[in-house]
Amino acid sequence: MKIGIPKEVHPEERRVAAVPGTVVKLKKMGFDISIESGAGIAAKFTDEAYKEAGATIVSDVKSIWSDSDIVMKVRAPEKHPKLKKDEVELLKEGGTLISMIWPAQNQELLEKLAARKATVFAMDSIPRISRAQSMDVLSSMANVAGYRAMVEAANHFGRFFTGQITAAGKIPPAQVLVIGAGVAGLSAIGTAQNMGAVVRSFDTRPEVKEQVESMGAKFLMLDFEEDGSGEGGYAKVMSKEFIDAEMALFMEQAKEVDIIVTTALIPGKKAPTLITKEMVKNMKEGSVVIDLAAEQGGNCEATKPGEVTTYEGVTIVGLTDLPSRLPTQSSQLYSTNLLELIKLLGDAEKYNVNMEDEIIRGTIALHEGEITWPPPKPKVVAAPPKPAAAKEADPTVEAPPSKPSMLSDKRLWIAAGILLLGGLGSVASPSFLSHFTVFVIACFVGWLVVWNVTPSLHTPLMSVTNAISGIIVIGGMLHIAGENSWLAAIAILIATINIAGGFLVTQRMLKMFRK
Amino acid sequence: MPSGVITIAYIIASAFFILSLGGLSAQESARRGNQFGIIGMIIAVGATMFHQEVGSYVWLIFLMIVGGAIGALLASKVEMTAMPQLVAILHSFVGLAAVLVGIASHLAPNPMQGAELIIHEIEIILGVFIGGVTFTGSVIAFGKLQGVIGSAPLNYPMRHKLNAGMIGACVLLGALFIAGSAGTSLTALLLITLISFVLGVLLVMAIGGADMPVVVSMLNSYSGWAAAAAGFMLSNDLLIVTGALVGSSGAILSYIMCSAMNRSFISVIAGGFGVAEGTVVTSADGEVGTVTEIFADETADMLSMAQSVIIIPGYGMAVAQAQHIVRELTEKLRSQDVEVRFAIHPVAGRLPGHMNVLLAEANLPYDIVLEMEEINEDFPKTDVVLVIGANDIVNPCALDDPSSPIYGMPVLETWKAKTTIVMKRSMAAGYSGIDNPLYYKDNTRMLFGDAKASLSAIASAL
Repeated sequence: MKIGIPKEVHPEERRVAAVPGTVVKLKKMGFDISIESGAGIAAKFTDEAYKEAGATIVSDVKSIWSDSDIVMKVRAPEKHPKLKKDEVELLKEGGTLISMIWPAQNQELLEKLAARKATVFAMDSIPRISRAQSMDVLSSMANVAGYRAMVEAANHFGRFFTGQITAAGKIPPAQVLVIGAGVAGLSAIGTAQNMGAVVRSFDTRPEVKEQVESMGAKFLMLDFEEDGSGEGGYAKVMSKEFIDAEMALFMEQAKEVDIIVTTALIPGKKAPTLITKEMVKNMKEGSVVIDLAAEQGGNCEATKPGEVTTYEGVTIVGLTDLPSRLPTQSSQLYSTNLLELIKLLGDAEKYNVNMEDEIIRGTIALHEGEITWPPPKPKVVAAPPKPAAAKEADPTVEAPPSKPSMLSDKRLWIAAGILLLGGLGSVASPSFLSHFTVFVIACFVGWLVVWNVTPSLHTPLMSVTNAISGIIVIGGMLHIAGENSWLAAIAILIATINIAGGFLVTQRMLKMFRK
Repeated sequence: MPSGVITIAYIIASAFFILSLGGLSAQESARRGNQFGIIGMIIAVGATMFHQEVGSYVWLIFLMIVGGAIGALLASKVEMTAMPQLVAILHSFVGLAAVLVGIASHLAPNPMQGAELIIHEIEIILGVFIGGVTFTGSVIAFGKLQGVIGSAPLNYPMRHKLNAGMIGACVLLGALFIAGSAGTSLTALLLITLISFVLGVLLVMAIGGADMPVVVSMLNSYSGWAAAAAGFMLSNDLLIVTGALVGSSGAILSYIMCSAMNRSFISVIAGGFGVAEGTVVTSADGEVGTVTEIFADETADMLSMAQSVIIIPGYGMAVAQAQHIVRELTEKLRSQDVEVRFAIHPVAGRLPGHMNVLLAEANLPYDIVLEMEEINEDFPKTDVVLVIGANDIVNPCALDDPSSPIYGMPVLETWKAKTTIVMKRSMAAGYSGIDNPLYYKDNTRMLFGDAKASLSAIASAL
């Protein structure tokens, strides 16, 4: 089977759907890879590197599209600027396309693809279940975006992030607020933290508190009880009272912090407005707002999507192509996500679109020309939000501990032991009792001596005690001269094997231990 | 030689045996401890030679030379990975010897009467019974460890009742043995022997491979008690002391192993896993995650970029005989200034301390080989953890899933490290048959394949 990777045509798109590393792995799975000349150049992957990895370099765009059974891309198909033709028309009839599609917003594109009898995997629709994590491009791109957001912030911010005490005076650390602790938010928190800033974060979903704190940031709490966790681990729309309390908090924070990063998105809806113009006005001169939701309208009222603007002395970054601004990293992650999806579909010989598979079913937007989007609702939530509630509902978990049985009652055992010993004492001969004394004392000595053995010597200890237990040879020796001496003879023979074997193997082992 | 001198010799021998066990408690004194044991044994056997009941010297010495030669041969030939088997089979010898001594002791003429005779006969029964269980139990343990017998626990209905029934039969036969005439006594004793043999087989057959450390140390303990019982029947204090020493040390080892697995001793020796039979094992969240695969060259990169690495060896390392390549890998990493340490779980392998012996065999210094308690809190500060063929001892279910059969068992908390690389043959479950959520964690990478092959690939890529 042939996989083709055309160069991205969207303006300023620097990413590429395959890197030399994934090409090697796809080749191993039996696929033939052809890649458009210069496809990786913006992401710093040269044609030579691809060739070395085993790909064929093709300079004709049309043949890349028409000869490949599977076409892998980053952006959804659009009009090709040089050919003046839509990329969809270049796709082989009945071919497969794997890329971002955004099917909810691109009904028209789906219909065009249907006309080509295409099978299409929408990488943006990978279900949010843990088995699909390795294919989740939204997470991997969000991770890059979060990192890049902080780099942009640092770029536009006139001061250090880290606090320092220098000969030339004290530098306070930058104060950063990250709103929305999803993948992008957490990545931004981690980056800011590493650069030395003091970070706080807010999210409507209380279960992310732990994650925020694990990154070393402070989690801001609202004095308000409402859980914002929606389906698939995303946030949902909150009540009016909640939003009011939230806005009051942001207003207060805006006065304190130097940098605000907003990442709040609600699936299928316009991004909620969290930072009003009023708040921006209240921010310090030279502060920076990074709006990661710019593409969906922005979380900040002053955001202009795709642009860096200044409003009342505050830099507002509304860039929508943050992942593409780290093209090497994003391409690496994106292409690995694609590779994992291909692995799920099977290698070249066993390639099979299994519509029963939850991930494939969720991702596939068209199957052989038939529109299969939207998929049936997923059943599993990414992180079960309230395991505690489930526990309460299930009475069997809280089953009362079973009463200790008669036999496990220690006092009973001790009493029985004393009775037994007393009975023994009343009938046994003095010679037996003296032996018994020796026995009991030896037990205690053994107990005390062995208790402190270091665990690393357990095996030598075992083999040496084994050798010592060969002392049973004495029993055999005492009977060797009597009747039935053959019994004693066998006993002596095997007990000596034990003695010699046990001591020698211990010696051998102990010699090996060295400091 | 007057019997008083022999008694004194026995006391000296006992002292040496105690010193021997004491010496084994620390690395520095361990070798001397073993030498003390040898001296004690020479004194004991030498003194017994002069006992009035001992005769047929030519025959006796011949037997000892042959036995000693066989033992020496075994000890010099055995692979360190096969130590568990060797220890198990040696235990069976003690068990069998105890049975034989018991029967011989019964057949020997005896002037005792009354309560003294009854106690003597009870001693014989106990010696034969414990010896018998030890003998066949050890043979089965040997078979399981050697792989001759499948290591899965054998479950059959009414197991506990059947075992109890057999013990009951032995008690009845014991009464018959004490009360009966010479002829019936012998039959009863032989029947007891037979039943104890069967019981030994059934007991150990019902125990799974992962519980072998407990079984082997338990059999070690039994062999001691058998020797002690023989000491009682022969009125020989040295045998009693030695038997008790060995018996209690084995019992302590078993106890340590059991507490390392958070299992009660009874539930291990009664067989099967700690949970009630038939319990369906399910993980808490029904969904199975995905594993992230990694290859040897990437592993090598991660290891050489790390500052601190912890290696967790398990039974898989022993099976693959990979300890020498582990040493090579360790040396390479240490020469690149990577801190490498080993974390040993108390029940890793099939014998208490098995992993330590294997690492020592490969010439790894013992001061970088640490116990679970010493190292568990260091995982968050560790860059890479390499798990070689271990499963249950690194299973997070033991800490956070109350429905898991291994819940409560202390485990090595590898998932707290930055990255964990698990080397494994396939995705099969461990001996306890439960899935391991560690494999599905975000910071876990799976390196599939034979441990030895993978390790040499990593070592050559370093």
